[in-house]
Amino acid sequence: MKVTVDQDKCVSAGQCVAAAPDVFDQRDEDGVVVLVKTTPDAAEEDDVRQAATACPALAIQVQG
Amino acid sequence: MSSSQAQDATGAGVTSTGDAPFFPMSREPGCPFDPPPPLREAAASHPVSRVRIWNGSTPWIITGHAEQRALLSDPRVSVDDRRPGFPHWHAGMEQVAPRRADSVFNTDPPEHTRFRRMMTAPFTFKRVSAMRAVIQEITDDLIDQMLAGDRPADLVEAIALPLPTRMICTIMGVPYEDHAAFSEQAAVGMKKDVDVLAQMASFRWQHDYFANLVKARAAEPRDDVVSDLAQRVTAGEVAVEEAAAMGVGLFVAGHETSANMIALATLALLEHPGQLAILRESDDPEVAAKATEELLRYLGIIHMAQRRIAKEDIEIGGQTIKAGEGILIELASANRDPRVFPEPNVLDLRRPTTGHHAFGFGLHQCIGQQLARVELQVVYGTLFRRVPTLNLATTLDKIEFKHDGLAYGVYHLPVTW
Repeated sequence: MKVTVDQDKCVSAGQCVAAAPDVFDQRDEDGVVVLVKTTPDAAEEDDVRQAATACPALAIQVQG
Repeated sequence: MSSSQAQDATGAGVTSTGDAPFFPMSREPGCPFDPPPPLREAAASHPVSRVRIWNGSTPWIITGHAEQRALLSDPRVSVDDRRPGFPHWHAGMEQVAPRRADSVFNTDPPEHTRFRRMMTAPFTFKRVSAMRAVIQEITDDLIDQMLAGDRPADLVEAIALPLPTRMICTIMGVPYEDHAAFSEQAAVGMKKDVDVLAQMASFRWQHDYFANLVKARAAEPRDDVVSDLAQRVTAGEVAVEEAAAMGVGLFVAGHETSANMIALATLALLEHPGQLAILRESDDPEVAAKATEELLRYLGIIHMAQRRIAKEDIEIGGQTIKAGEGILIELASANRDPRVFPEPNVLDLRRPTTGHHAFGFGLHQCIGQQLARVELQVVYGTLFRRVPTLNLATTLDKIEFKHDGLAYGVYHLPVTW
């Protein structure tokens, strides 16, 4: 699985960190998404898909 | 007979302007936790239909989950309430709208993005998770005080209102003693039976309160949100008016909504003792977290519909929303959409609830949702374990519900133990 995020679209809701805290983080100054891992472990893939679905700004893309 | 006339018997799913039922609708007597039946029924069968509102206009109402998700993330849909034809909540809002400063509440990107990013730092997942111990401590203190006091107690006054109010006051730097006066003004601003001049005066009062606080913090900064906004004013990033609008929005949204969720959920659980037992008999934070999502879905307290306007023609749910037409996103009914939530009218704390619209969806989704989640998880996970005999000190029919409020809830909740 490969993950990409669009920081321009992000609205800092924090849903991605709640769903997959080892894959996503938020910038201290404004909560905008930071991608910690572009290739999540197999065990994290369901959580990453959940993060992409939950993102209110549709700012997370998942391939594979 | 046209299909819209056939549907008019239930008031659901009307797509012609002539037959559109009035919104807001009344809830069914005896079903205080359920959205009005026509809206619930429309969620799956007529997810895009029309209603008539206070000024006689007939905006679209979106009740389906998928349709709400699509429109709330559609750049052709605007939240700019200065646009002609915008479906305002009431006459007071229509009067105030052109005078309100720009903020996250009335702008689209790119302006919206700029404002939102000035407000989000204190509410990140990690910042809020770090507050869990403090939230637990305040909750335990409030329960101690309630148990040491007289029976019956009003759970709204004892726990539901003070916990989120203390949290948002601390984060923002608002003196706790000011919250009562502020809440009184905020309530006037939302009630539909209050005259327009009184509503406008209440909006002005709330705005002036925060404008004055911003000016005070500009002179003497502290480590809080209002001081941060004040620094942005000093740096020329925003006007005082804009900073005040952000302050009002964060403060109102930051305590009234969580307070309503705490008291209304307690009542719902007392009416569903089998569900309450799940929380009473577990100290697993995962159980409380799951229960919180299900209660957010089931109670759907934001029940006055989020207001939007179409900037271009939009095809959705078999209908065409024309440019300039109003759109009402009725979040509570999407939480009862059977296409997404099987047996949607059943409260089931063990179900894996995700994707509810209790915090909305799209660019304007609740900024404080992670804070609200931790507050609710702590209260639901603590109250029934610490007070296992908690019960209602009145009957359901004597409870007064906030039918007019922007957020649904109860005014008082007499409980004993």
